[in-house]
Amino acid sequence: MAMNTPAPARTRPAPRRGGGWLAVLRTPVGAAAGLLLGAVLVLAVIAPPLWHDQAATINTGDLLKGASSAHWAGTDNLGRDLFLRVLVATRLSVGLALLAMLVAVVAGLLLGTAAVVVGRRAARLIAAVVDIAVAFPGLLLALFFAVIFGVGTTGAVLAIGCATAPGFARLTQTLVAGVVARDYVAAARIAGVGRIRLLTRHVLPNIAEPLVVNATIGAGSALLSFAALSFLGLGVQGASYDWGRLLGEGLDGIYVHPAAALAPGVAVIVAGLAFNLFGEAVAKRIGLTGTGQPPSRGRAARPGAAPTARTSAEASTDVVLDVRDLTVTVTGPDGPVRPVRGVGFRLLRGEAVGIVGESGSGKSMTVLAVAGLLDERLQVDADRLTFLGTDLLSGSPRDHARLLGSSFAMVFQDPMTSFNPALRVGSQLAEVSRRHGGLNRRDAAARAVDRLRAVRIPAAERRAYQYPHEFSGGMRQRAMIGMGMMGSPALIVADEPTTALDVTVQRQVLRLIDSVRRSAAVATLLISHDVTVVGQVCDRVLVMYAGRIVEELPASELATKARHPYTRALVAAVPDMRSDPHRPLPVIPGRLPDPSELPVGCAFAPRCSLADDRCHRHEPPLETDADGRRVACWQADAEPRRGSDFDSRADVTPPSAHKTDARTHSAADAPAAPTGERP
Amino acid sequence: MTELRFEDVTVRYGNRRSGFTAVDGVHLTVPAGEIVGLVGESGSGKSTLARAAVGLLPLHGGRILLGGKPLRQRTGGTRPVQMVFQDPYASLDPRMTIGASVAETMPRRRAGGTRRIDRRQEVSALLERVGLAPDRAAIYPAQLSGGQRQRVAIARALAAGPEVIVADEITSALDVSVQGTVLNLVRDLQRDLGTSMLFISHNLAAVRYVASSIAVMYLGRIVEHGPTEQVLADPQHPYTRDLLAAVPDARHTLADEEDEPTVRAAHDAEPADPHHPPTGCRYHPRCPVGPLILTGRDVCRTTDPGRQRPHHAACHFPGEPVALPTPAGASLRTHEQGDTAP
Repeated sequence: MAMNTPAPARTRPAPRRGGGWLAVLRTPVGAAAGLLLGAVLVLAVIAPPLWHDQAATINTGDLLKGASSAHWAGTDNLGRDLFLRVLVATRLSVGLALLAMLVAVVAGLLLGTAAVVVGRRAARLIAAVVDIAVAFPGLLLALFFAVIFGVGTTGAVLAIGCATAPGFARLTQTLVAGVVARDYVAAARIAGVGRIRLLTRHVLPNIAEPLVVNATIGAGSALLSFAALSFLGLGVQGASYDWGRLLGEGLDGIYVHPAAALAPGVAVIVAGLAFNLFGEAVAKRIGLTGTGQPPSRGRAARPGAAPTARTSAEASTDVVLDVRDLTVTVTGPDGPVRPVRGVGFRLLRGEAVGIVGESGSGKSMTVLAVAGLLDERLQVDADRLTFLGTDLLSGSPRDHARLLGSSFAMVFQDPMTSFNPALRVGSQLAEVSRRHGGLNRRDAAARAVDRLRAVRIPAAERRAYQYPHEFSGGMRQRAMIGMGMMGSPALIVADEPTTALDVTVQRQVLRLIDSVRRSAAVATLLISHDVTVVGQVCDRVLVMYAGRIVEELPASELATKARHPYTRALVAAVPDMRSDPHRPLPVIPGRLPDPSELPVGCAFAPRCSLADDRCHRHEPPLETDADGRRVACWQADAEPRRGSDFDSRADVTPPSAHKTDARTHSAADAPAAPTGERP
Repeated sequence: MTELRFEDVTVRYGNRRSGFTAVDGVHLTVPAGEIVGLVGESGSGKSTLARAAVGLLPLHGGRILLGGKPLRQRTGGTRPVQMVFQDPYASLDPRMTIGASVAETMPRRRAGGTRRIDRRQEVSALLERVGLAPDRAAIYPAQLSGGQRQRVAIARALAAGPEVIVADEITSALDVSVQGTVLNLVRDLQRDLGTSMLFISHNLAAVRYVASSIAVMYLGRIVEHGPTEQVLADPQHPYTRDLLAAVPDARHTLADEEDEPTVRAAHDAEPADPHHPPTGCRYHPRCPVGPLILTGRDVCRTTDPGRQRPHHAACHFPGEPVALPTPAGASLRTHEQGDTAP
């Protein structure tokens, strides 16, 4: 038992520190850019001591020569080797660019994070100053500052630093604003953490990555700006030289010996590219952090699927959705992982079926797989997958999209993200009919208003012209259902439609779903982690655990006649107005196993009080009884043990549970086995 | 633990012209060592009141007393009122170990004087107290489930040695199967440590489990407040009854419920816009015993009910059951039928 429980540390890796940066070097662009940047930096360090003297040697015999084997880039008007001079100039060019960037970063950070440290009024003033400064083009600012700070190296560094600072400050402000709004910053404030500590402890670490990336890219542009200033004679002065100055001197004779101008030009380009590419590669990498593994092929029928099963004639006209042996596979780092394992169910016209289970049990993935909405990386296999008699495993994706678009409606948990915030609600609804129903603009708009009215949105005409943010949460969810009803849907899939809503609004939405189903005989598939929600609306309930259906039963029998211990535990875990407030709530010990580390035998066995040896060794098959109910449990017919947590309401917890309270709870949402508790 | 008392607390957002009053003259007492449940829908001002109590929002009027003395929010010191947030995925810094998060809240003076090892022991003790293995202090929040994170957040609040804890919807972001474990923990803390707590939730079934008294909030006002059993057994305000009826129960399908169209229309009504609160009783546009359904109840439209009745119910007709529709409701019904016809 102990070996089967997953150690949470392995399933959810800690935030990587530095790992993301090194991983950049494994991508082709990242590797090339890293190599280039490394070369430039190494050159900046070693070139001056190696070649400084040679580059400074005046050779009056070789004035203004073109490229030759002795002088690869020719010589200047004092006969000095230009190639060596370009190499030696690397240190000054790169060094000054980095210095300028340092000035920009420090100034930008000070301005950008000021809002955390100073008072509200001062913060507003600083934001205004930054806003104005951002409006000026960078090079203009640089020239302006160069004149103020005076011609020369110091002046140019300060000028470029100050010119880049506003952009950096603006970026910092935006990032800081995002982090400061988070709850953990509020929590730290309540904890009495001072402003400076708040900044260093909570804000800076959480905005560091994008800032560092931006500074790297910024160094590239600083390099260019510096070359430009030196080229104009505002930068490096006197005996020292950088690429910009070499470029300026070489340009005089560009028609006579072009190499003198080209060599420093190429150097600027190479170094600039190195910084920019590296920064971009890192940015891309960080942006992708958290996404999984390389994609496998998309939808594919399992080779063993019987071809005869795909004829639409065979399907009964009353069957809206028929799924058999649906499996979703992800290619994980340690081989394939199956978050959905052999799920099969049928949905008849006008029937309401609920899928319940904890987060991560594979409920949502099942319906997303049916709707073809899963990421391409996930492979969907099934023996049979038909919607209204059409086989979704074969045929053209375009036809499927058309069929699903008009007959399949989906309602998601968060209605704020499922509407486009920039478009009016009415036109988003109308869009459906114009694309799938072939209606013209006016008819589609009229239908949109009609549908909004049908989902009981008051003042539908006016509401259709409003934007999603002007709707309340419950109203958005109703509008979402209205959108699903723009066509003539045969199936509404609602994925946790009320989880984000208050109880009163939840009741409104559930009633609406119920009345839509009854009035138009629309099949409904309702997904929820809350067994009471499903019980209120559905005829039949599918209980999912670790990617499998473990029980199917009529919703009316959920509270009384559930046979699987998991179903009983789910029902018992929800407090209702009848549960005894003087006893601890029954809880399900342990937690859902990760799909990549499923135990041998029954996946629920490590959390089950009825589990015996057989449960730990063999996975129980899903068996159908005479009434069409299904259950996958070796102990399905065993009487629930008295005093177990999964008993019927009346004797929920044994008296002893009072004393061992703390222990039960500590195990509650940690893995069941003591060894699994410690990562 | 000490008593926390809100006296005529008003909190406004925004400026004079475009702002609105989120909390409007709230009187509420959290007695020492007790848990007060605050229920209400989103937008009713529950969270605003919570944030005002911990000093994240300034008061516009009234005062908050802790143990009889005005609550002063020192910046840079540990605050006597601590808060646990709704979303455990957002309330822990992803770049700090859970041990560091908990230790951060410990009073600075004491922490400065003690050795690092004592601090670590204290963190371990707190983690154990909330039911986490003490040796997990060095891991990051990403490695924990939602329920475990919420335990860490509770441990962090306890670390400050607070007088009162404000728990803002701490179970609503969790799976129902995990909510029970957090509710059990809250009860244990109250029983073992005598924690005073303001427990905010929109789920009456959860509040009933932990709270000794319940306050119901609607549009910035407390509309009913009384001992838990009394409020649940004999609700005075129609909004409380509405909330009670909305608690889902697997044994009842929606089809079983009364389906009187007028009452249903009142249930389906949208919450009023806090920018333009209704006159008189704030609940009257949704009230099943109000002027929308029953004739001759114009007093609800014009007069604020006050709070002199049993349970401090802010209702002119407290304790009335939902009445049968009258002609005023009949017109509403035809309207509704027209709307629903496909």
